[in-house]
Amino acid sequence: MAALYAGYTLRGLAPAQNRPNSGIQGVEAERDSDHVVVTDSTRCVTLYKVSDQKPLSCWTVKQGHTLTGAAVYNARTQEYVAVSDRKVIRIWKEDDIILDKAFKATVSSDVWRVHCVAGGDPVVLFHRGAVRLLDSLLSAPQQPIEEVLSPEEAISWSTNIVTESQQFVIFTTEQKGDHFLYLQRLNPNSLQRYHLEREEPGLSPLSFSVSYRDKHIRLLYLYPNGHVYESVVSVRAPVPEEGAQALPLPRSLLLSLPVGEGLLQAASAQELDEAHVAVVGVPHPSAGSGKDFLCIWNTNFQTLQAGKEMAGKIYGQLWSFWNKLFIPHGKTFSVIPYDCPKSSLASALGKQRQVKKDESKAPTSVPSWNTLLHEEKAHPSRTAETRKTRTNRKSQSAQSLTNDQVLELIKTAPVEEVQREVQLLLSRTDTQDLQTSVGQLASTLASRSLNDPAFYTPSSLVQLVHTRYLCHSVCPDLVLLALERKDYFLCQLCLQFFPDIPEVVTCACLKVFISMSDVDAAKVNLEPDSVFFMEALIAQEHEAGLNGFSLADEEDRSDNLAEGGATAQRDNEKASAAEQMCPVGLHKAVLLNEILQTAYFDSFLLPHLKDLSSQDVVLFLQYLQFVYLKFSHDACKPTQGLRSPSLTQVMDWMGLLLDAHFTVLVMTPDVKDLLLNLHRFVKSQVRFVSELGKIEGSLQELDKMALKRDVGQYSIEIIELF
Amino acid sequence: NLNVPKARNRKIQMGEFKVHRIRFFDYMPSAIRAMAFSTRTERLALARADGALEIFNFSDNYFQEKVLPGHDGRAVEALCWVGPRLFSAGLNGEITEYDLENLRPRYTVDAYGGPIWTIGVNSQGTLLAVGCEDGTVKMFEVLKERIQFQRNLDRQRGRIISLSWHPSGTLIAAGMMDMIRIFDAETGRATHRLVVDRGAGASKSKEVVVWSIAFLSDYTIISSDSAGKVQIWDGLNGTLIRTHLITKWDVLALSVSQDESSLVAGTSEGTVVQFQFLSSTVDRLDKDWVRTRTFKNHSHDVRALAHTETAVVSGGMDTQLVVRPLLDKVEKNTRESAIRKVSFPHRSLVCCAKKAGVLLFQFPDHLELWRLGESDGYGKPGGSLPVKRGPEKLIQLKRKGEDHICCSALSPCGGWLAYSTVTSFRLYRLLNGSISICKVSKLPKDLRPAHQLCFSTDSSKLFASSSNSSVVVVALNEPECKYLGTLKAKYGCRQPVHLLSASENGKWLATANTDCEVHVYNLDKLKLHCTVPVYGSCPTAMAIHPTTSNLVVVHADQQIFEYSLVKKEYTEWSRRLQKQGLHSLWLERDTPITHVTFNPKNPAHIIVQDLFMFCIIDKSLPLPEAKNVLYNQMTLRSLPEPDRVLHSHGFKICKDFQHLLCVSLLEDHSLVVVERPLLDIVSQLPAPVRQKKFAT
Repeated sequence: MAALYAGYTLRGLAPAQNRPNSGIQGVEAERDSDHVVVTDSTRCVTLYKVSDQKPLSCWTVKQGHTLTGAAVYNARTQEYVAVSDRKVIRIWKEDDIILDKAFKATVSSDVWRVHCVAGGDPVVLFHRGAVRLLDSLLSAPQQPIEEVLSPEEAISWSTNIVTESQQFVIFTTEQKGDHFLYLQRLNPNSLQRYHLEREEPGLSPLSFSVSYRDKHIRLLYLYPNGHVYESVVSVRAPVPEEGAQALPLPRSLLLSLPVGEGLLQAASAQELDEAHVAVVGVPHPSAGSGKDFLCIWNTNFQTLQAGKEMAGKIYGQLWSFWNKLFIPHGKTFSVIPYDCPKSSLASALGKQRQVKKDESKAPTSVPSWNTLLHEEKAHPSRTAETRKTRTNRKSQSAQSLTNDQVLELIKTAPVEEVQREVQLLLSRTDTQDLQTSVGQLASTLASRSLNDPAFYTPSSLVQLVHTRYLCHSVCPDLVLLALERKDYFLCQLCLQFFPDIPEVVTCACLKVFISMSDVDAAKVNLEPDSVFFMEALIAQEHEAGLNGFSLADEEDRSDNLAEGGATAQRDNEKASAAEQMCPVGLHKAVLLNEILQTAYFDSFLLPHLKDLSSQDVVLFLQYLQFVYLKFSHDACKPTQGLRSPSLTQVMDWMGLLLDAHFTVLVMTPDVKDLLLNLHRFVKSQVRFVSELGKIEGSLQELDKMALKRDVGQYSIEIIELF
Repeated sequence: NLNVPKARNRKIQMGEFKVHRIRFFDYMPSAIRAMAFSTRTERLALARADGALEIFNFSDNYFQEKVLPGHDGRAVEALCWVGPRLFSAGLNGEITEYDLENLRPRYTVDAYGGPIWTIGVNSQGTLLAVGCEDGTVKMFEVLKERIQFQRNLDRQRGRIISLSWHPSGTLIAAGMMDMIRIFDAETGRATHRLVVDRGAGASKSKEVVVWSIAFLSDYTIISSDSAGKVQIWDGLNGTLIRTHLITKWDVLALSVSQDESSLVAGTSEGTVVQFQFLSSTVDRLDKDWVRTRTFKNHSHDVRALAHTETAVVSGGMDTQLVVRPLLDKVEKNTRESAIRKVSFPHRSLVCCAKKAGVLLFQFPDHLELWRLGESDGYGKPGGSLPVKRGPEKLIQLKRKGEDHICCSALSPCGGWLAYSTVTSFRLYRLLNGSISICKVSKLPKDLRPAHQLCFSTDSSKLFASSSNSSVVVVALNEPECKYLGTLKAKYGCRQPVHLLSASENGKWLATANTDCEVHVYNLDKLKLHCTVPVYGSCPTAMAIHPTTSNLVVVHADQQIFEYSLVKKEYTEWSRRLQKQGLHSLWLERDTPITHVTFNPKNPAHIIVQDLFMFCIIDKSLPLPEAKNVLYNQMTLRSLPEPDRVLHSHGFKICKDFQHLLCVSLLEDHSLVVVERPLLDIVSQLPAPVRQKKFAT
């Protein structure tokens, strides 16, 4: 179990009550595990000895200047590097007392930050995305700096890591709600750009944290909705050509943190090791909705390992160095030591994420011939690409659009093209990827169809439902849309494949189905298996008569059993003849069968059932009785293999209907026969079962006798081998 | 009664057999007492309570290669491999080395210390240490041909129950009553005394017995005792590190894996508990012995354990040998990952006189001769017939001497009976329909104790396998039997012959030894006719076809070969079989074929049998392919006659009978099936210490 130990205060924070930020710009590791350099947001850099909770030195820039980048410590030269006023790089040593007397260099472009980690050289990251090694920059400070990012793109976070062989500068940018990850390698220099998958619209990652393990860079990021994702990038991934399109960056959901009320405002997640993540600014799951907690979560088991309430406002800042977490909160800047022992349990239970898996997950950008031959041409006009060129290119290269492109397309393109693209996408994508994209596709399709009465793509929707990756909660509009557009085939599929259709929707379907005219229903194209089943069931009613097994006999007997049931034989016969007929048409029956087979919870279903009109109820009851009688005759057992409602499902629905409408039904004179019949039939069944119960004992004895064929010590037997 | 003639007239189908189903062979295996596994040769030596030793070859499908018959006075308590040599020590106070080529003790040395409880060899293989009842640990030097007493270590009060050498060979840990002693192997001084706690409560007054002990190379000592504890000690300082209470009863056996990362402990409850040397957190060096798994494969005491690289081998009072693969060491869902239980010997203890309808059952200390019953009815397949005359026990022959019977044979005519122990050979004449018996006293001198016996089909000759893979041939005549000659394989064959098979026409004799060599002799010339190409797995059964003179050999890896003795090459069918490969389910069976015989009515039929099925291999039918259902008899039975052809294949497997010790085809075309249900064996075992009760 990970543990958080008692923390202590490193220093107070400037008492600026309504300032949104903590006043701390950055914390960087210094020479050893006990020293950190803290840069505040204005003018001051302080070196602390952590265990003594005491500042060792403090450097300040002159009034009028501000520090615009956190100071870093270069362990190789034992110098500090900071940026002031965006363009001035300052370098000093510990024994320099007055900062303004130390080395300064002015560069030609705005600097975002200077990064330096142990084992690497200091690197300068410019606002426009360019990266220089500090040494080479200082050799010619006024050298021209290129613009890497497009004009609207802005860096949101950056860091620097050193692997065995290379140094990386990693930064994320935001451009019109899209987020990108840049991976800048140094020596040899190359730049890779990845596109982060979109979370819910309008949500931007709150914090990033990066770690390097097993030849992979792992990026961990937290969204305001509490989702913590991890994306893995191989450091060995082949370098695509400069300026190539942003690769999609696959992500996996590591944690879904409780967010309490509303979205997270100021929160941060830091990866501590392969199994633990420290999160600040997120409510503790068992302590209300206050967001001022520091928690350590285990990502292997999704468990909360340690939690601590942090007094005061949380600024969403969190640093961790050498098993210590540094958190500004309220008016203090605290240091909280922690410990995350690596449990053998995860590996024993196979919960440890395996390197191999990750390797396959890491995006590989093997240049394909198509890209080499065609993409190149299409590339320059990519932004201003017209649909025409796109289709042209597709016909040339048979390459279809990516998921995102199809999503865009659905919003505007005509029906035929949408159908074609969706089909292409479904046929191309392997099932792993489908899971995520199918939901997006379906909901986009459904929302457009709802908004645009002229737009409807039944075949695409059917294909999407057939993938079985959809469920009602993913795309809640779909069933209602299908009902609205009278696409009963789609309705049937949804009822079949969605495990989570709410009772209200089931009832809405039932209402539509039961009130549909048989003529309309006959036109509907339905799933053949279910139609076969119903056809067989209806056809059997004739056979039953032929076999001499008529319901009248049954009734007769049941009356005799009931002793004194003096109902007129005539009436019975008439009634039974009516019961023998299927009260609804074939296709309507098929649709009703689907309703019978959906999952429901009766107390939720009952109130909605009450909305049915009494005619509908009577018709449905008649139908249920018909199916029930059919099933009760042993000749018509539900056919093996075909999807069909079970006897208990029919019974349950009958019970529910009666519960919901009993008073109305009792008052309606023409339903009386039906109810009496049902009662009689059920009574006879109960009697039959109780008779069976009586002979159960004897049957069991028979069973035992059959088993007890004792061979004894010697026997002569005949066997046959074929 | 009209039914009877109708049934009688019914044409007897080709695949229809009358089966004598026999369950009165009260074979009772003996409890397993000790085990030793040799990593070098991958052989497991196993000692049973009756003194019998068995050698299993773990690299060849756990085949029981050799059986050394027991001896009345020999109670083996511990076994030990010294390179390829096998030593045992027992409560008779003797150390015995075995001659694994002649399947008999080579010599015994009395340790003069009373009953010996344990034996251990140092890792150099130069010194044997035995722990005796009188409290001494005695050291014997291992010489080339014998062992020689070297000296005693400091004598202790109380018996030495268990001992273990430190891998360096300088220290010995010995488990005693209530304590563990550590000796310096060079000076013989006891350096440490570790006191073992007694059990709690009432057993406080009872001495605790350190049943087993292991000394690891990092000077950790593991002990198991009668109070149900497995304890871990620091052998350098003599301090207790940790105690694991794993049962309320005794922990009788311990075994440590070669790499010392895992150990298993066997308890009286029948469980085997695994401990692994793990660190509680990854990347940390401070490892600890952690209890990890519990296996319950036995109903009674686990007396002996061996930890191989991939599996835990256990055995005990319930007589079964269990090989339980460790699933982290083997690939899942393969042959290696399946648990194996060896409940019966891998050789036949039943001999059937085909002509006379008489059965010979071999027990360690006696032989039984039974005549089969009769019935005159006809019946439908699947039914049983009324028994007109029940089976009859004709003779029970007690062996002479202290050595247990190692092999026996009954002539096909039922007129001769022979058995052998490791020291003597006896031949009897059976007269008056096998009712009276008289010993043949004048036997040729060359007829020495044999490993395997076999009569010729016409009952005129007896073949007895002897040392160095040779076979003595004797002509059976009254009143005197005449020595005809000795069949000798080429020079250098030293392994014992475990299979003998004579051809029906009396011309050929095939022998197979545990070196996997199959020799065929010409009996007219008494010379070696040919040697079948050596296959890498040991033959488990073989027979020569009566008409075609093809030799059918089945090996421990379940492969089947058919070798033409006339052409001296594998037959066309055998090649086809090898080319296509056997069905995977056939290869996955875990008991070896123990008997091969033929159907005189249909020369294309080969009948083979293992513990759980017998199979008629019809060479005229296509071989089962991988996609076919191998066990298809149920399907075929349900199909109408014409459709069966489509679905049938050459392996007709009958699983109606289980725990088969013998399947034989009599001359009258009826089958003899001898079953020994496991339940019957279990019911004869003493009550286990703990029985599983509901909700406990």
